[in-house]
Amino acid sequence: MTHADPRCVLTGTHFINGDAACCEGALAAGARFAAGYPITPSTEIVERFAARAPEVGGLFIQMEDEIASSIAIQGMVWAGQKAFTVTSGPGFSLMMEHIGFAAMTETPVVFVDVQRGGPSTGLPTLPSQGDMMQARFGSHGDYAIIALSPNSPQECFDLTVKAFNLAEEFRVPVMLMMDECVGHMTERVVIPPAEQIPVYPRRHTKKPPGEFRLFEPGEDLVPDMAHAGEGYKVYVTGLTHDERGYPSLSPAAQKKLVFRLFEKIRRAADRLVMVESDQLEGAEVVVVSYGITSRVALRAVQMARAKGIRVGTLRLICVWPFPEKLIRELAPKVKALVMPELNMGQVVLELERCAGGQCRVISVPHAGGTVHDPAEILAAIERGAQ
Amino acid sequence: MSTTDLQVHNPVEDLLRQDRIPTIWCPGCGIGTTVNSFAHALLKQDIDLNKTAIVSGIGCSGRVSGYMNLDSFHTTHGRAIPFATGLKLANPELNVIVYSGDGDLAAIGGNHLIHAARRNIDILVVCINNMIYAMTGGQAAATTPSGSLSTTSPYGSYEPELNLVQLVDAAGASFVARWTAYHVMQLERTLEKALKKKGFRFIEVLSPCPTYYQRKNNMGDALQAMLDYKKRSKIKHGCPTWETAIVPGGDIIVGEFVDREREDYLTRMRKQLGPHYSEFPPQWDEQESMGCSKEC
Amino acid sequence: MLTEIRIAGFGGQGVILATHILGRAASVHEGRFATMTQSYGPEARGGAASASLIVSDEPILFPYVTHPDILVVMSQEAYTRFTPEARPGGFLLVEEDLVRLDRKAQGLRIYGIPATRFAEELGKKMVLNVIMTGFLCAITGAISIEAARRSVADSVPARFRDLNLQAFDKGVQYGQELLVRGPQVLENSEELVLEGDV
Repeated sequence: MTHADPRCVLTGTHFINGDAACCEGALAAGARFAAGYPITPSTEIVERFAARAPEVGGLFIQMEDEIASSIAIQGMVWAGQKAFTVTSGPGFSLMMEHIGFAAMTETPVVFVDVQRGGPSTGLPTLPSQGDMMQARFGSHGDYAIIALSPNSPQECFDLTVKAFNLAEEFRVPVMLMMDECVGHMTERVVIPPAEQIPVYPRRHTKKPPGEFRLFEPGEDLVPDMAHAGEGYKVYVTGLTHDERGYPSLSPAAQKKLVFRLFEKIRRAADRLVMVESDQLEGAEVVVVSYGITSRVALRAVQMARAKGIRVGTLRLICVWPFPEKLIRELAPKVKALVMPELNMGQVVLELERCAGGQCRVISVPHAGGTVHDPAEILAAIERGAQ
Repeated sequence: MSTTDLQVHNPVEDLLRQDRIPTIWCPGCGIGTTVNSFAHALLKQDIDLNKTAIVSGIGCSGRVSGYMNLDSFHTTHGRAIPFATGLKLANPELNVIVYSGDGDLAAIGGNHLIHAARRNIDILVVCINNMIYAMTGGQAAATTPSGSLSTTSPYGSYEPELNLVQLVDAAGASFVARWTAYHVMQLERTLEKALKKKGFRFIEVLSPCPTYYQRKNNMGDALQAMLDYKKRSKIKHGCPTWETAIVPGGDIIVGEFVDREREDYLTRMRKQLGPHYSEFPPQWDEQESMGCSKEC
Repeated sequence: MLTEIRIAGFGGQGVILATHILGRAASVHEGRFATMTQSYGPEARGGAASASLIVSDEPILFPYVTHPDILVVMSQEAYTRFTPEARPGGFLLVEEDLVRLDRKAQGLRIYGIPATRFAEELGKKMVLNVIMTGFLCAITGAISIEAARRSVADSVPARFRDLNLQAFDKGVQYGQELLVRGPQVLENSEELVLEGDV
């Protein structure tokens, strides 16, 4: 781990929105290149980046669509840079093929989705958490990704940095699953001095050209990388490939590659768990939530505690991979797990699977457009405590 | 005489990934012929092949990147150009060549083709036009001449065909040319010229697909296709691109049509940004990343 | 202590900046918690513009303002739309030359200011929003005058700093004078026209 370059870091205390904080996080993490296509409510991120990037030798290119944006950033990465793109629902749908390409070619890249109400054009200016399953499973075929969910502008900064670091460490596309509410909400954001911002550098091979195999995994199953223009004659393909990167279209090669793409994330799952929990010990009901919903849920939890219900909270900061082990351990100890989401019940399916019938799992769905009324969540907590 | 005695050094051998040969291309296919011209043109350049990247999309021509011993990127269907755009902008030192087919570049990737030409991104695009989707088994393409048979136009195509050179000319490309797989020497010279030029450069190469296009349309074998190209081609350098449409049985206008001076994307960007742009050294120098990749 | 504030008017009056100034004052300069949200979308263009702010000594959980303790209205449309949501007994601060009150304002502590006129007297109509921030601080005490003044200085371009600080001070001064007289409270009359200058 190294640390951020002070020339890119706006150290200080700011009153900015989540979109602006995300942009600053990307710059702090070392991204100087971005491609994107304007879409509400994510556009402010690239507007700010377009102004900031040239100051530090970078650029933003506004592509003709999200398909182009999501592959242009991968060209930037293979040229040796850190890069990201930013979008919302409809654009995220268009990017799906290239999320798969990034997973397959192990391109360390960050996709930011500022979620808005859907399906289709839906609610451009209003929040939802409707893309959570799409983030995990949206591209065709089997692959694993990492997805983080911030619940404040401060976390939009912190988790953007984290997203880039995880992308580099695991050579995997990382999704930053914001929503319109955190994106457009303005709060205090403290940006630390550059030397306090850890930055994971590119896992560049130490081997000379000729000895290096582009997709030969290390002990952690993650291969080191080389870029175009360095004499390595890299071969990168979306086809199933061997350790040289050469197409290898056999069931054996497919098994070896796909298992490794899964396993490199699965093996690190315990380390990737990022949760914030409170009063889990002795809780009858635990409210599990992520993103903006976690804040609203906490208000409901306070109301429930005032009524004498023993409620714990578990906030998923990293949603994918899902904290499976934690839930398996928690489920037998509680009466119910309550999960409010700004969707019709997506991540709750995973919660239910991991709870394995050991307790009740209560979904508190919401079609999006605003956040939950804490009273709805309170009612679910009360039901769970019965 | 042992077999090794027969081996002669092919001048373009070092430019090909020998361990990937033989190619997947059918006998009589024109793609390999164009690659030969391309390799010869590259060898005559005073450019660093370690700083030369080749990007393809999907399709028969999309496999070219994987046979070249360069930095090879075999991307998704239609998206070679936006990938190449990112590659070039993030490392302007690279010579970036896109080598792909008509279906890939002009249909599914048509919008990217237009906008890369408009932006004048400093890349060379070689578009192999075999007038059909060959990899997937001979379906009609945007370039399939009207009336042609294909597996998805069993009664003859009734869509008008797209003239690629006219399209990229109109979008603002710096250099636009067309040859056929018959014109190997001319193609090599045009490639040499295009490799030296800055800005968005587009070379269309008509190439026979004996397996699908020629066969479906009773146009004979590959040799017949070559004779056909020879007979029908008219070299007209500087010809206005609106006069270059390819119609069944008609003249095939070939040559270098457009060669104009236009500032490329990065030149315009730096000029426009002026004092707002500051050069910045790469952030992770070799030392730093090497010491860190395992320990942390 | 949690205070909900909404500032509303029409596009071009600077309601977003005014809210931002107050939020920044509370969160950056006072070290408290502040969450600002605003309405987006077609309805925010040209017509009614509004921004909301929650200021609190504790971390803010629910991000949206539902029943503002302090409602600032600078247009008739904003008044009509937002007054019914104001918390009973809360503050209603109005641009008195642009807003005609009616029974919707009953039960609110009403303070009027001819902010546009003051802004014009200062030479720039645009600063009416900053006059309003000073006025709000003086009347409600929700955010300290000192912190808000610093926030004004941080939030505007250097060449307009003095003008904006003047505007802020004007709002504060007028508010402090008005405070001595106490709020206007609308009783049963259909309509009430606030007095202009003291």
